[in-house]
Amino acid sequence: MPVSLTVNGTSHSVDLPDDVPLLWVLRDALGLTGTKYGCGVAACGACTVQIDGEAVRSCQIALADVQGDVTTIEGLGTPDALAVIQQAWSDHQVAQCGYCQSGQIMQAAALLAQTPDPSDEEIDIAMQGNLCRCGTYPRIRAAIHSAAQMMPAPMKKEG
Amino acid sequence: MASIGKIARRSFLIGSAALVGGVAFGAYYVSRPAPNPLSAPKGGATLNPFVMIAPSGITLIAPKAEMGQGVHTTWAALIAEELDVDLDQVRVLHGPPAQAYYNSVILAEALPGKGYDRSDFAHALAEQIGKIGKVMDMQVTGGSTSMPDGFERMRATGASARETLKQVAATRLGVERASLKTERGAVIAPDGSRIPYADLAVDAAKLTPIEADLRPPAQWRLLGKTQPRIDMLGKVTGTAKYGIDTRLEGMKFAALRMNPHLGGRMTKFDDSAARAMPGVDRVVNLGNGLAVIASNTWLAMQAVDAIDIDWAPSPNPADTKAVFERITAAFDGAANSTLRDDGDVSVLPLGAQEVTAEYRVPYLAHATMEPMSATALFTGIKLEVWSGNQVPLLVRKACAEAVGLEPEAVELHTTYMGGGFGRRAELDFSVYAARVAFEIADTPVQLTWSREEDMRHDFYRPGAVARFRGGIKEGKLVLLDGQIAAQSATQQAMGRWLGLPAAGPDRGTVDGAFNQPYAIPNFRIRGYLADLDIPVGFWRSVGSSMNGFLFDCFIDEMAHVAKRDPLAFRLELAQGVHAPSAAVLEAVRDMSGWSEETPEGIGRGVGFCYSFGVPTATVIEVTDRDGQIEITRAWIAADVGTALDPGNLEAQLSGAMIYGLSAACFGEITFAEGAVEQENFPDYEALRIHTTPVTKVRILENQTQITGAGEPGTPPAMAALANALFDLTGTRARQLPLMHGFDLMT
Repeated sequence: MPVSLTVNGTSHSVDLPDDVPLLWVLRDALGLTGTKYGCGVAACGACTVQIDGEAVRSCQIALADVQGDVTTIEGLGTPDALAVIQQAWSDHQVAQCGYCQSGQIMQAAALLAQTPDPSDEEIDIAMQGNLCRCGTYPRIRAAIHSAAQMMPAPMKKEG
Repeated sequence: MASIGKIARRSFLIGSAALVGGVAFGAYYVSRPAPNPLSAPKGGATLNPFVMIAPSGITLIAPKAEMGQGVHTTWAALIAEELDVDLDQVRVLHGPPAQAYYNSVILAEALPGKGYDRSDFAHALAEQIGKIGKVMDMQVTGGSTSMPDGFERMRATGASARETLKQVAATRLGVERASLKTERGAVIAPDGSRIPYADLAVDAAKLTPIEADLRPPAQWRLLGKTQPRIDMLGKVTGTAKYGIDTRLEGMKFAALRMNPHLGGRMTKFDDSAARAMPGVDRVVNLGNGLAVIASNTWLAMQAVDAIDIDWAPSPNPADTKAVFERITAAFDGAANSTLRDDGDVSVLPLGAQEVTAEYRVPYLAHATMEPMSATALFTGIKLEVWSGNQVPLLVRKACAEAVGLEPEAVELHTTYMGGGFGRRAELDFSVYAARVAFEIADTPVQLTWSREEDMRHDFYRPGAVARFRGGIKEGKLVLLDGQIAAQSATQQAMGRWLGLPAAGPDRGTVDGAFNQPYAIPNFRIRGYLADLDIPVGFWRSVGSSMNGFLFDCFIDEMAHVAKRDPLAFRLELAQGVHAPSAAVLEAVRDMSGWSEETPEGIGRGVGFCYSFGVPTATVIEVTDRDGQIEITRAWIAADVGTALDPGNLEAQLSGAMIYGLSAACFGEITFAEGAVEQENFPDYEALRIHTTPVTKVRILENQTQITGAGEPGTPPAMAALANALFDLTGTRARQLPLMHGFDLMT
């Protein structure tokens, strides 16, 4: 029986078994390939998306268990209209191979929504599940700090 | 088919390279120009194999694998610098597989010379050897060769296209070509009016290309300055397309499961349950494994895992202990190479103290973030393949053979790569995709490896054992006799690429040891090849990834025996032999505020390796956190000759260090029943954001030759960490990974 879900503000009807992970619904059924497959066991964070603003590993959530609106990297911003965090990533020239960066950005965006001006330790805790084999971590950290400064004031908890 | 004249005209870059390098060509077969593989764009022209100009825009071809190292940006900048276009107004494409895109320097990497002491003769020989790459289909990205390969050729290509476009404008305007200027993709007439290149390109393609002198670095607009990467916008918005992101109308998705007992066949299987599973289309027999084609990758993975398969055993030794016994047994046979033999190591100098040590390093997986994947469409008369690969001509040929077509009937699209590190120089993932597509004609199918398949079916960095004997006299290293035993990755890979038999001294086994620029009066390095068929291949920095640790850590041991400061000890060895190497050691000394004594609870180590023509020194600082050891800070200095993009070089050196530290801390591939025991990232950890040190990088430009930088940051990182742990704990690590001997923060 088709399952309906909302991704980036658009509702979709998907005819796949209930246990197919959200990752593979996004990539293979909906063609949203910005969300990446890395490990399938929640060990690398490449598949990170947001559900109702919370960062989750889409390889671990079965289609039938998706409760809430899904946001993927494609829904965060576009090449013509970058989200603030994507602008910070571009300013710091973070990506090398870039394969993990969709997940890194979705995780960092969730962090900033919760913690508008995170410390290095808060960044460490939030981001340590996201693996980058190219070793872009120093620039990821710098980009998160920059994005925190670039965010419009009303988005921050305390002015 | 283009006429010979047309081919010669369009392939002028060979002539340009000859002019620039002042090199005489060898046999015609080797030196004749390769045809331009590009056809003219609508309303425009291709001026050479690297520049296409059309009313819709300017396209530059960067026929190198973009696997994160930023090569598309710097390669395009080389052309754009002389063509007088800016990077924000060009499109950069990888282009098709073609001999015109051969790597002119990669074969020289196999020459036995030490590198830092290359004579003019050796340079000329290397250039001649490099040309053979064209007829051997060596369109290869690897060995940190893209910048040496493109530095002169691509600027000459851009300059020639610019002058030819100017000639068309000069003829039209009735003025001298020298009176014209160029800027942002247009010729500027003496009266200041602009003629866009697109208005000149079709006529320019009819002229014999005009060669031009290259501009001196002082006039560079783009080179020498950090450029925004042309792939950045796509990579921060999820719109960059990797091989695994290929999506075609009516496409199916496949997964595979190959015999984990490496080298073993499949004896029988029962796929009845799998075929009844949701979304499954069919099962494909690949001989030593199976693939399932389904409507969704995950459904294909579930189904292929549900097949009951009997595997034949591996012909390799069963476990890690037996594998290393086989490696060590290589010492009992004749040496494969003695690429360094200075003085006389047979006699310990009178009064010298002798020290011996045995070191070893494990097999390693590449573990690219994007698992192996390729997509193919077979129509009976044609095969189209989408694959992120480092060797397009070889991939095209191998895929053609797999489906019984000529290479010309295969169209290969080389995509962005989610990491390469040498893994994508292999043919297997593309060939398997072609074979699966062959079974489902007229339907595009994407074959994706699970992470487990990726890790258990790699071409691993070989494990190695090294035996060293050193002699210290009056605080100086007077003797070093090293033996290194390992499988030859180069010989195995050449067999897979070209079907060439294994022969000759294998430089890869001893690279990073025999060619270290050190004044040691009695200095010998011998290589021994292990008789094993475990799949091995090129892993970021290749032989230096082993010897950077093995050799440099023994040098560190010698420094301590000599009761000398380890950094000053290396500096003294390099001084007088290779000044740029001494300079990088001095740089990390100054950057890190190096002192002989470190405070309680802090350890520091230095590592040095000359690899791929780049002397690189690294200092690592470790800190004891209540018994757990954290890697806190790092300093890197490297000499690349000419720094074309400082920001990207900083990223490459720091990233290569992190790749090396990940392997040094946690990386090991072990064997049981001839199968790899590690399956996924939890078994094969790497540095993460909280375990990565704060890093400072300094780029030096004392060398006269330009070098690449994708690899040289990796080797010294491993040694520097082990040496820092010795400084902190007094325990000498003679094996990797370090997690077995030390309580490292994870």
